[in-house]
Amino acid sequence: MDDKKCLSMNDLHFSYTPNEEILKGMTLEIDERSTAIIGQNGAGKTTFVKLLKGLLRPTSGTIQFEGKDLSEFTVAQIARHIGMVFQNPNDQIFKNKVIDEIMFGPLKIGMSEQEAMDSANEAMEMLGLTELKDENPYDLGLSTRKLVAIASILAMKTQVIILDEPTIAQDYAGKEKIKEVIRRLRQQNRTVITIIHDMDFVADTFERAIVFANGKVILDGTTREVFAQKEVLEQAYLEQPNVTKLCYGLGYDKVFLTTDEFIQEAQKQIER
Amino acid sequence: MAGIIVKNIKYKYPATDRLALDDISFTVEPGEFIGIIGRNGSGKSTLCQAIAGLVPNFYKGAYGGSILVDDLVVKDTEISDLCKRVGIVFQNPFNQVTGSKMTVYEEIAFGLENLGIPKPEMIQRIDDAMELLDISRFKDRNPFDLSGGQMQRMAIASIIAMKPDVMILDEPTSQLDPQGREEVFQAVHKLSQQGITIFMVEHNMEKIAEYSSRVILLDDGKLVALDTPGKIFSRMDLPEYGVTEPAFTTICKGLHLKCKNTDEYPVTLKEAEEVFRVYQSQKEENRNG
Repeated sequence: MDDKKCLSMNDLHFSYTPNEEILKGMTLEIDERSTAIIGQNGAGKTTFVKLLKGLLRPTSGTIQFEGKDLSEFTVAQIARHIGMVFQNPNDQIFKNKVIDEIMFGPLKIGMSEQEAMDSANEAMEMLGLTELKDENPYDLGLSTRKLVAIASILAMKTQVIILDEPTIAQDYAGKEKIKEVIRRLRQQNRTVITIIHDMDFVADTFERAIVFANGKVILDGTTREVFAQKEVLEQAYLEQPNVTKLCYGLGYDKVFLTTDEFIQEAQKQIER
Repeated sequence: MAGIIVKNIKYKYPATDRLALDDISFTVEPGEFIGIIGRNGSGKSTLCQAIAGLVPNFYKGAYGGSILVDDLVVKDTEISDLCKRVGIVFQNPFNQVTGSKMTVYEEIAFGLENLGIPKPEMIQRIDDAMELLDISRFKDRNPFDLSGGQMQRMAIASIIAMKPDVMILDEPTSQLDPQGREEVFQAVHKLSQQGITIFMVEHNMEKIAEYSSRVILLDDGKLVALDTPGKIFSRMDLPEYGVTEPAFTTICKGLHLKCKNTDEYPVTLKEAEEVFRVYQSQKEENRNG
């Protein structure tokens, strides 16, 4: 399938205060590949996605969504196309029941009661929340509340889904669920953009990685290309995934991203 | 310096039927760095809150057994007294920020003011804690204007400044970038070397393996094991408890490569590299001879 340009940014600048520029001229295209945005705390990642969502407007430069200028959309219009799961679920959740929380967004963007219910049920099934639908989200642990926040955005069936640190507080099973959600969204040709600090998860899940540093893009490519750049990553206060670190430590030529890849290759060498 | 003795702790949250902690006993020496692992809902955070006295003195509920921090019986000690000895960094920094202070500096000072620390010492402690966590440049910012990662560092700094004998950290690095995470682990490791007893809940198994002296594995409120990282992560039944070993260990388990002279798999990058080198040189020797 062709990688259709979904979002494109041209010379994007943004400042919260006149003296400090957070984004310093970003030109970038987001296609249908699952994309991880990585970078040091304060590199401008969350600010960048808030601009895509229309929660902030650029100081200068343009953002286009499917060829149309995003500045011509209201925040409510953007919400029909671009969904964003906040880093802290407490910033997002306010209903007393999980099902009401997940149906809130779909109803607000014009789905019928039945459509919203079906969509919420599908999202809850994807994240293993079906049995919790009548619970109060605030009676759930942080990790489960995070899954509720993700489900409430998935249910809106937007073309673009932005996840801000989805794996925080997740154990192995929680991360596997999120990984599966990202893969299913990709199969449905929906664009997933994720801010994340967990390099092992990025290596295992995403097709593309974009490295932010000081409000600029310093590296952009497939995860394998990006994680091969040890020195550049270190300059951005990042590190390689653990499997890749072992490749480098052993002086291997190839860059492995997952434990399975490493084991398969090592077994071949052992058999030789 | 404080050791911890946990004896047959059982605990149920109010209005629940399930034991969140189910007959847990263990002893920890002063200055140990204890990693706590287990799937979500296994009792990790509840155990932290029990050591800090919030269970049962704040959360109430049914409680049995005892926890001793040196000579203090946690259940019978006022939180206001216990917090001088035991500091806890919450999982979500938003839950820890007082909301009453306008700057990061004042927020870190809050705990010290309540302990009655003299002003010159307070200033020194705040400066040291901010430097350790690399947040000095944010000292005049409103805590709620910080990013999640910055707020997490501030929450850790505000506890470090109180200089507790025991420090409990519940997933303290989840919102930090890799380098920030490494810095926090190094800072906490330094504190343990100074004799401060550390309990840290963490899902990053590589860091737990690298820094912990021993690891507690919990499941369904029960203590499954308390042992060295090498012993814990060499277990083959970890998936049953919803946890994985470090990536290096997974690889070495897959290739049946164990550390020399032990029956354990490597758990750190350094150990894994060593095992591979030994294996390669043995292979060379076999080929040549």
